[in-house]
Amino acid sequence: MVRELLKHLFRSPATSKYPFEKKTSFKAVRGRPVWDMKRCTGCRLCFRDCPSGAIEMVGKGSEAEFKHHLDRCLFCGQCEEVCPVDAIAMTDEFELASYDRAGMIIEFKR
Amino acid sequence: MMTHRTIRIPFGPQHPALKEPENFMFEIEGEYVVGVKPRIGYVHRGIEKAIEGRTFIQNLYLVERICGICSHAHTTCYTQAIEEVLGAKIPPRAKFIRTIIAELERIHSHYLWIGWAAHEIGFETLFMYLWRDREIVMDLLELISGSRVHYAMNTIGGVRRDLPPEMVERVRKGLDVLEDRTKYYKKIVMTEPTISKRTAGIGKLKPRDALALCAVGPTLRASGIKRDVRADDPYIAYDEIPFNVITHNGCDVMSRLFVRCDETFESISIIRYAMDHLPKGKIRIKVPRKIPEGEAVSRVEAPRGELIHYVKTNGTTKPERYKVRSPTLGNIPSLCKMLVGGYIADIPIVIAGIDPCFSCTDR
Repeated sequence: MVRELLKHLFRSPATSKYPFEKKTSFKAVRGRPVWDMKRCTGCRLCFRDCPSGAIEMVGKGSEAEFKHHLDRCLFCGQCEEVCPVDAIAMTDEFELASYDRAGMIIEFKR
Repeated sequence: MMTHRTIRIPFGPQHPALKEPENFMFEIEGEYVVGVKPRIGYVHRGIEKAIEGRTFIQNLYLVERICGICSHAHTTCYTQAIEEVLGAKIPPRAKFIRTIIAELERIHSHYLWIGWAAHEIGFETLFMYLWRDREIVMDLLELISGSRVHYAMNTIGGVRRDLPPEMVERVRKGLDVLEDRTKYYKKIVMTEPTISKRTAGIGKLKPRDALALCAVGPTLRASGIKRDVRADDPYIAYDEIPFNVITHNGCDVMSRLFVRCDETFESISIIRYAMDHLPKGKIRIKVPRKIPEGEAVSRVEAPRGELIHYVKTNGTTKPERYKVRSPTLGNIPSLCKMLVGGYIADIPIVIAGIDPCFSCTDR
């Protein structure tokens, strides 16, 4: 037991001090989706496929603008997958908390 | 003279030993349990009905959220059912990637369970150790799929992400560490008196009862019955991968621990074999959004046991009826059998023994 105790004395902790010490996120991680409005054609596919209704479209066709509701988003990446012109990209941003729901709406304008 | 009277004690829906709300009404005589009546449905979320109102693509992510532990098992079962209706054959590479994720998920689920069982018997150190090492497999899953819990790897007609060679190398490294750790934990489970005193001979389920009460998964295999959907009705790539179905004859909580430890080793070897023999080619095929009329039943061996999904389609983009039978529901009758005749103090570990997931059960 003494051996075990001494071994643990010199070991670094298994946890990390999160907000100060950040783990490098994996490249593959699905974080906040971002719209590239220059490419978007307004085909409505992302809006139609979103499983949780997180994407709101204002206007039609190539005039369309987006409101992304982060509080409803599942980060599943279906919008990125379905986009025919690759206008949507999932970033590795994951610290997306806010104190009110208004802060969770992200607008994408032309 | 004292008359024999039983006392009724409710266990749950809020109880420190339960991680999810569910109620069991116990009939107690002295220190013994003489009767138990489960009452399920506290976490009913109406997912089956919600599935009817969403398209097949949207349902991929809803079905995944039936369970937080076996999310991949649910989507595998769902996509399999839809592919059967479609008559679609998914590429072999997609099958292997699905298998790799399914087995990684089994490792993380078994680690989680062994940790939780240790916590229920008051062995907090083992709980902390196991959950620390579970992070290795969680990180691997995040590396491959992009998310820790809801991997969203499956899609109708294949998988959404490929497994490039450099990732395979990292998974291999992670598996080496996990194998070492699992060996260590198996040694602890086998030799530590703290564990054997609380689990040996507790929650007995005779093989005859296990069969009669339709137990599934590790609970059934710990009663010595060799039954596993992966071997009996192979799906995805299990017909091409050699593996053993683990059984133990103890019929108690301790042999359930052994089964899960040994299954972790089996999973590691399945993943290694699948990565060595990963076929080349496409990872998905294109499928139509409208699914033709038909119905299908699909079975998957989730970490907790046999999972059954049923789908009825009507030629539109949405299913007409969907039904999920989770492994925990199959294990509840045998759980009641195990509890009767035992001590009150053993209730938490016996309930934990079937690895219950009440969210799956209630959908």
